[in-house]
Amino acid sequence: MRIPISALIGLTLTGMFLFVAIFAQWLAPYAVGDSSGAQWEGMSATHWLGTDTIGRDILSRLIFGAQITIFVALASSILSFSLGAFLGFTAAVQGGWIDQGLSRLVDLVMAVPSLIIALVVLTIMSPNLIVLILIMGLLDSTRVFRLSRAVAADIAVMDYVEAARLRGEKGTWVIFREILPNALSPLVAEFGLRFIFAVLFISTLSFLGLGIQPPLTDWGGMLQENKIGITQGKSAALLPAFAILSLAISVNLVADWILTRTSSLKGGRGG
Amino acid sequence: MADDTLLAMKGLVIEATSYPPGEPPKNVTLVHGVDLTLKRGKVLGLIGESGAGKSTIGLSAMSFGRGGVRLTGGTIHLNGREIRLADAKALRSLRGREVTYVSQSAIASFNPAKQIMEQVIETSLSHGLMQKPEAEARARALFRKLGLPNPDTIGSRYPHQVSGGQLQRCMTAMALCPKPDLVIFDEPTTALDVTTQIDVLAAIKEAIRDTQVAALYITHDLAVVAQVADEIMVLRHGRMVELGETGQIITAPREDYTKALVSVRGIEHQEKPPSAPILQVQNVTARYRGTNFDVLKNISVELPPGQTLAVVGESGSGKSTLARAITGLLPPTSGRMVFNGRTLSPNLAGRTKDDLREIQMIYQMADTAMNPRQTVGTIIGRPLEFYFGLKGAERDRRVQDLLDHIEMGKGFADRYPAELSGGQKQRVCIARALAANPKLIICDEVTSALDPLVADGILKLLLNLQAEANVAYLFITHDLATVRAISDKIAVMFKGAVVRYGQKSDVLEPPFDDYTDLLLSSVPEMEVGWLEKVIAHRKMESAGN
Repeated sequence: MRIPISALIGLTLTGMFLFVAIFAQWLAPYAVGDSSGAQWEGMSATHWLGTDTIGRDILSRLIFGAQITIFVALASSILSFSLGAFLGFTAAVQGGWIDQGLSRLVDLVMAVPSLIIALVVLTIMSPNLIVLILIMGLLDSTRVFRLSRAVAADIAVMDYVEAARLRGEKGTWVIFREILPNALSPLVAEFGLRFIFAVLFISTLSFLGLGIQPPLTDWGGMLQENKIGITQGKSAALLPAFAILSLAISVNLVADWILTRTSSLKGGRGG
Repeated sequence: MADDTLLAMKGLVIEATSYPPGEPPKNVTLVHGVDLTLKRGKVLGLIGESGAGKSTIGLSAMSFGRGGVRLTGGTIHLNGREIRLADAKALRSLRGREVTYVSQSAIASFNPAKQIMEQVIETSLSHGLMQKPEAEARARALFRKLGLPNPDTIGSRYPHQVSGGQLQRCMTAMALCPKPDLVIFDEPTTALDVTTQIDVLAAIKEAIRDTQVAALYITHDLAVVAQVADEIMVLRHGRMVELGETGQIITAPREDYTKALVSVRGIEHQEKPPSAPILQVQNVTARYRGTNFDVLKNISVELPPGQTLAVVGESGSGKSTLARAITGLLPPTSGRMVFNGRTLSPNLAGRTKDDLREIQMIYQMADTAMNPRQTVGTIIGRPLEFYFGLKGAERDRRVQDLLDHIEMGKGFADRYPAELSGGQKQRVCIARALAANPKLIICDEVTSALDPLVADGILKLLLNLQAEANVAYLFITHDLATVRAISDKIAVMFKGAVVRYGQKSDVLEPPFDDYTDLLLSSVPEMEVGWLEKVIAHRKMESAGN
């Protein structure tokens, strides 16, 4: 199997980000809250990427930020997929009032912008990690629901699903053994995209001060802390922005590759 | 080259790139050096099973290959010019002017957003052959010649407003409108009902005769091509098997493969005597939810154990709906169904596991009837596990047992459906049904999607299995040759009602009602001149007109 160069770049970068996130404790030269230098220090041997608004090492904070950002985004994506896909499949298979009820509920949630719902909920509740993951996962699951329901509705009318029903199979067999294996490829590609949106979402929340709270840090939070530096020509705010950008692009490249690979399995041209 | 030679192919080689799942793309040769000559005004029939290369050769007559198909060798001369290597501009002026094409599915070929007339005259106008009024007049004349109702106004309709058979004739008019030298007919009647097929076939034949156009007529049905072709070329695996005059191919085929094609449907089946039924359908009436139209009207049929009830009729007659009612997918609005002495619950949810197990179903499209992500072992093994609780080695042994029964042998249990041929797929579906140890199997058009020789094998297998396991079949089909081959009882359906029902010998014995007569007389026979006879004999308009 030949992997196209764009996918190779995506895989390498994504792998690097994951490696850094997992081994942050060992890789980071300084502790996350350690004011080891002066304010707005430039790049040097002691502080490779310089220091931030209160003299903390930016590289170390980027590394710890990667851990938090990726962890929260991954956890909420997993939550949104488990919930959204299960409910979407159920709606497609059961039909009737279950489908109607779930679909209208999802319409209702999607009618209000996610950010506004998140802001309201997070102002009322204390924004700890669990609440963040839950709110992001729940909001995103509506989009996964839409996709899984559409994919499953196509599969649910196939003769082999009817054959399973005529055999007397329960809903769980139909969902997990007949539909899920055939719906997996579009869902895996979608997972990559939703993960990116989760990264952007948590960064946005943190930038607005409602996401990750100190002493923990993430990229959106770093952007917020250092944004004043931009006016003074300091690069400190640009570095986390660049990290968000490159993570989004690399995951996107992988997702694209998975999508073309799986669609070529269905008879399209290999590429 | 003689003057009256229109098309001459020499050593034609056609290749394509295939993309087998999970493997790198590879080149396959579809046509291995075929020679073909067609004189002006003559009709050559190309016949063969799917994959024989007949459509590929047909399209190469306008130097065209479908996606990924390349014409890599040999020469194609049309009107004395070599066209295989012709440039795009030359091809553009050739296609739709000298050569036109009639495809299998008219419904898929017409643009649903445009009126028929606009599409029929489009090529004539774009090639600058005629002015609009002239082209429209010619189209109307062709509509009349092709026997379309209201030839003067039908052109202003949209494709969905006419029937399938009529649309197929509109497409023939489209192909004939620019006065081409050659028309390629690619299975033009295959998708039509048997009674409609006759109309279209007769219309095409007359139009070919009147316009003196030459034609390549592609089909898998030897009896059909025998009605229109002057010569027949038999193809197999991209090679020519036999070429001859139509009469010679039908009556005195030389090659074994042609002989097999001619004698297909040679199955003889002795009708079993009437006995006490295992399935009774009593006054069943049904309609789909949200409609106010009965798709089944007061149906009563009975089926004894170990026998076959054939349900015949055209598309839309309610045959498959009857199957849905019996399986519980469509609960009847009135009437009842008794199976093996117990009344069946009208809907699926109310049926016991034994009810479900004892009534199995086999579908028309084996492709979609099997989960592409399950192995043959899982597909056949699941009913064993589900109904009988078989597990592990015991289950695997029984799966192999069933595979032996359907004459497939070892090494298939680990394969996926994509790795099987069409006939093998249908066999696996039969094994899945048998695994439940059923008393009744509903066969919904199980052989319609298969090539004649493969279909024959499936029918023989079904008959053998019936003799062995004493299972009853409710056999839904539109193909009367199949009905003759396997049934004990027959129910003829028309517009949701059973119009004729009884033992096979009674149903197929005159006097007939008008519909049964129409249906029976419409089955093409391997006989030159049969088409004219049957048209003269008809008493009733086909449903498609």
